[in-house]
Amino acid sequence: MSEIEIGTLSDIPRLGARTVETPAGQIAVFRTAEDDVFALLNRCPHKGGPLSEGIVAGRTVACPLHNWVINLNDGQAVAPDEGCARSFPVRLKGDRLWLTL
Amino acid sequence: MNAQPRPRLVVIGNGMAAMRTVEDLLARQPARYDITVFGAEVHPNYNRIMLSSVLAGEKSVDDIVINPRQWYVDNGITLHSGDPVVSIDRERRMVTAASGLSVAYDRLLIATGSNPLMPPLKGLSLPGVVAFRDISDVDQMLEAARAGKRAVVIGGGLLGLEAAWGLKRQGMPVALVHLMPTLMERQLDAEAGGLLQKDLTERGLHFFTSGQTEEILGSDHVEGVRLADGREIPAEIVVMAIGIRPNIRLAKEAGLEINRGIVVDDTMATSDPAIYAVGECVEHRGQIFGLVAPIWDQAKVCAARLADDMTLTYSTPALSTRLKITGIDVFSAGQLAGGEGDEEVIFRDTARGIYKKLVIRDDRVVGAVLYGDVSDGSWYFRLIGDKTALGDLRERVIYGEAYAQPAGKAAPDIAALADSTQICGCNGVSKGQILAKIGEKGLTTLDEVRAHTKASASCGQCSTQVLALLAHATGGKARTSDAVCKCTAVGHDEVRKAIVAKGLKTQAAVREALGWTTPDGCAKCRPALNYYLLCAWPGEYEDDSQSRFINERVHANIQRDGTYSVVPRMWGGLTTPSELRAIADIADKYAIPTVKVTGGQRIDLLGVKKDDLPRVWADLNDAGMVSGHAYAKGLRTVKTCVGSEWCRFGTQDSTGLGVKLERLLWGSWTPAKVKLGVSGCPRNCAESTVKDIGVICVDAGYDIHIAGAAGLHVRQTDLLGQVATEAEALEVIAAVTQLYREEGHYLERMYKWSARVGLEYIRAEIMGNTDARAALYARFIASQAVFQKDPWAERASEGVASHEFAPLAVVEELA
Repeated sequence: MSEIEIGTLSDIPRLGARTVETPAGQIAVFRTAEDDVFALLNRCPHKGGPLSEGIVAGRTVACPLHNWVINLNDGQAVAPDEGCARSFPVRLKGDRLWLTL
Repeated sequence: MNAQPRPRLVVIGNGMAAMRTVEDLLARQPARYDITVFGAEVHPNYNRIMLSSVLAGEKSVDDIVINPRQWYVDNGITLHSGDPVVSIDRERRMVTAASGLSVAYDRLLIATGSNPLMPPLKGLSLPGVVAFRDISDVDQMLEAARAGKRAVVIGGGLLGLEAAWGLKRQGMPVALVHLMPTLMERQLDAEAGGLLQKDLTERGLHFFTSGQTEEILGSDHVEGVRLADGREIPAEIVVMAIGIRPNIRLAKEAGLEINRGIVVDDTMATSDPAIYAVGECVEHRGQIFGLVAPIWDQAKVCAARLADDMTLTYSTPALSTRLKITGIDVFSAGQLAGGEGDEEVIFRDTARGIYKKLVIRDDRVVGAVLYGDVSDGSWYFRLIGDKTALGDLRERVIYGEAYAQPAGKAAPDIAALADSTQICGCNGVSKGQILAKIGEKGLTTLDEVRAHTKASASCGQCSTQVLALLAHATGGKARTSDAVCKCTAVGHDEVRKAIVAKGLKTQAAVREALGWTTPDGCAKCRPALNYYLLCAWPGEYEDDSQSRFINERVHANIQRDGTYSVVPRMWGGLTTPSELRAIADIADKYAIPTVKVTGGQRIDLLGVKKDDLPRVWADLNDAGMVSGHAYAKGLRTVKTCVGSEWCRFGTQDSTGLGVKLERLLWGSWTPAKVKLGVSGCPRNCAESTVKDIGVICVDAGYDIHIAGAAGLHVRQTDLLGQVATEAEALEVIAAVTQLYREEGHYLERMYKWSARVGLEYIRAEIMGNTDARAALYARFIASQAVFQKDPWAERASEGVASHEFAPLAVVEELA
């Protein structure tokens, strides 16, 4: 496990996401309206759509390919859909973002 | 030794019934007879049913010829066309034609058809009064249309309506006078007749129902008609289409048994056993004929008889009718109105303009009237013809074959489908999966089923099946809601009105004012609110890119593998060698795997990596190209034909108008995508009549059409109106676009909007009210001042949204 600095909060638009390229794959880092941040593997459990390109609402993101809604907390698809995108710990220290891989 | 001479068959009439009999006979015994055919018309045998298509400009006379002259030659048939038979001498077995030619027969076939019914009206013999019976009638009508004349059609049956529509298609103002209160009253009930009249009125026909024609006006040419109630309708051509009467003159003079028609037995023989008759001239068991299906049966029986096969006999089958007006679907079969003890099952969907009525007697369908959706016409027709006992089918029969048919048939009952049967092709959902979720989660609405299974959540074509499954599983009735999304109970119209009336200028303000249940909405309502706000407050409301679907956010189309496609604008479909060179170079430079020509007359670069988008755009910009908005709920393409600049048929500069339209409309955001077509003549090479907005150039100016579609639903446009100049065409189109922008529901295509608000309303706003039109046009132009910016240039060289196109970080390896 290692914690890596990936940028600042203001690099990510509110209700948006950015991606981080890692040896574990592409990871999407989301920012909610309340400035909470979450990190998920950037692959929808449905058909692998890039979740970073979806519309963020509340603590969910809607996949751009087929509109599955994924919970940002844990990567679980919001019922009725079933599936899970792997989630990664990410936290704010000051305005710096740290991702744990 | 000489061969035995063949018996001589003489055929009087060169129409459909006659030649079908001859064809059937040739198929049985090609060399049985020495055949001579007399035809009154100079044309070879043609398909009279298609005259309405010739009149409507959809087919040429050549297209409807059934048997060209060579066919007669090839089959050894002697054809005397343009030479009607004037007498039959039964004693000498000889016919004599107008030219004086006499030909002996061993067997004679009479197929003289029918004459138009002409009521005893004053002025009937004036030049300009025509029937709708043969090619010369159609020629006269077309000539009048070319001369810009006005037409009155008398008769609101099948024939009259097709004549009226054909004339209208030729650009004539057309009024139709019908004696009865509703149209096609012999085939349709009052409700379907009313729908038909409404649809045709919207297409620009004028109706005078319950209208009794008293006199045809004019001194040396038709000038109009006067009705019994005193109303006068001006016209330079009057088409009589009130019905037909068997043409029995020859048979009568020859002393054959006649009644209303030439009386025939079950083998199509007349009272003279050497003489047969088929088609509209005959009367069989008291019935006469005007539709083609029973006549084909007569031809088959008559051919058998001529081949000395006495086993076939004729009986009149159940009859069905379809109206041949493009885009109007009407079907009728069997008995219309129920008698004592009959039941009627009626289905009515006012939003989609669908009406179905079945008349049921003793558990059997005896009549069907379909309007708007005739896809099950042939099935109902079979049920009527086969006298199928309905039994359990009774409660589902109105929904059509797909949902009602018992197991084992081509389109099985939804209840009888195997659980593994795929219902939703888009999302790969089976019947079993849907039923399991319905049971497990206690689902009762279509929305819930969509949410839990994704069935019907994409293209929606299987919605009816999903709904049927839901009804089957729950025994209940499914609900639908017009709320914008699950965050609110408020509908689209209410949101749009509130935004303007209450001056709401942010999404948060809208959600607050209208009681949204979620703080930042959802993926469904956010794009809608964003659109409604930027439409209402151009320049004031700041577009929220986080409320845009990915394609509109990054101005390219996401593909299934996460790469993008890029489509530069080609104004009106025009390009240049240097643009093509630049596109080729860019495809090479960025290793773009697929380059494809689109249906909208431009070039799609597929498989572009997201990081490369700004550089691809910059290079396209350098070559003078801008975004084609192929990803937008906005103006997509303006498809054109080459028009008067090159085409020998072009009436106006359609390419030039297309370019001007695209320059006027590009960059505008709309509720759903908008595609245009501009065709230089009614041949319509730009397929303008299936576009959201289509222009058909004509000599007199520009026919502007709206509300077509050619996707999931295919729909022909409606004529909004005609304008004389290019400037007016531009104004009308910008104005109607603005009306749609201001009133459409988000994601509602123009044809759905038009169906919802009504074409008449749109026409009144745009064509009937020059002030309203000018105001709409002004608002459109004001909005365009804000939105006509190339989003590619902003991103490629002005640094807009640069975060979109680069990762936040790259972690090479873990410590």
